[in-house]
Amino acid sequence: MVELGDKKKHAHTLLPSEPVLRVKAIETLLVEKGLIDPAAIDAMVEAFEGRIGPKNGARVVAKAWKNPEYRARLLLDASGAIAELGYSGLQGEHMVAIENTDDVHNLVVCTLCSCYPWPVLGVPPAWYKSPAYRARAVRDPRGVLAEFGVNLSMDTDIQVWDSTSEIRYLVIPQRPEGTESYSEETLASLVTRNSMVGTGIVTIPEIKKG
Amino acid sequence: MSQSNFEEQVFAEPWHAQLFATTHTLASAGHFEWKDWVNHFSSALKSSDDLSPSDGDAAYYEIWLEAFEEFLVIRHLADNEGLAKLKGAWTSAYLRTPHGAPVELFRR
Repeated sequence: MVELGDKKKHAHTLLPSEPVLRVKAIETLLVEKGLIDPAAIDAMVEAFEGRIGPKNGARVVAKAWKNPEYRARLLLDASGAIAELGYSGLQGEHMVAIENTDDVHNLVVCTLCSCYPWPVLGVPPAWYKSPAYRARAVRDPRGVLAEFGVNLSMDTDIQVWDSTSEIRYLVIPQRPEGTESYSEETLASLVTRNSMVGTGIVTIPEIKKG
Repeated sequence: MSQSNFEEQVFAEPWHAQLFATTHTLASAGHFEWKDWVNHFSSALKSSDDLSPSDGDAAYYEIWLEAFEEFLVIRHLADNEGLAKLKGAWTSAYLRTPHGAPVELFRR
């Protein structure tokens, strides 16, 4: 940080940190060259801070739980099934949906960087981008899951899916028992971000039981 | 590693959001293929992991920034001199703007 004169009253605006100035320089240059529209950048920020996020994925999962035909389409062509709900904007990547069962638990990682199914999950959380997760998810998935509070029986196979710049994975978690009467909306409210990456399982909160 | 869900902040710092959005917007406008950027960025992350594995968003976006500047130059979408000049211009803009007033960029 190159903040000047912290102890004095600021006569001028506080100088932002080095990266802030570099990002501003990039933006200004690209806008001046006519390569991007500043309004498009603002719209993108706003979308990722509000509209685009794991709530989208939760709706996809809830619909798949409720509607067997949709589930079949999702497993066959995830990009198409997700676009049906209005979630699009992939930059040429394909979405693949993978389903957890009693026998198989799926876990998604991007060992190379942080490829993530952003139209349905938004911006990846910090842990997903951390070198620790990227390295250990493949080497010791059971240990990583335990750290997330997911303790699977030794009979359950763990499949680890390494995302690439071309393929993004969405985990369809197991629907909790006792939710047969739940509406799609209520089901969606149970689905967590982590459950769609494979580092969580969906449970019914105590308050919703009974 | 935490288990928190939807409530956490998407971006820890506004500039992370600006950088993320600028990269996506430029790709959406067709100036490069997303996968080419991913390949460039992932090799930068790899070198950094090898050097000193660090956790957290701050390091991640700093590497993104460094890699994105390089990528723009390689793709002739920006030049180092232009970026340096603009960074200088923004620095002076902040320094001459009275506290509380909007910071605007004026050059020449």
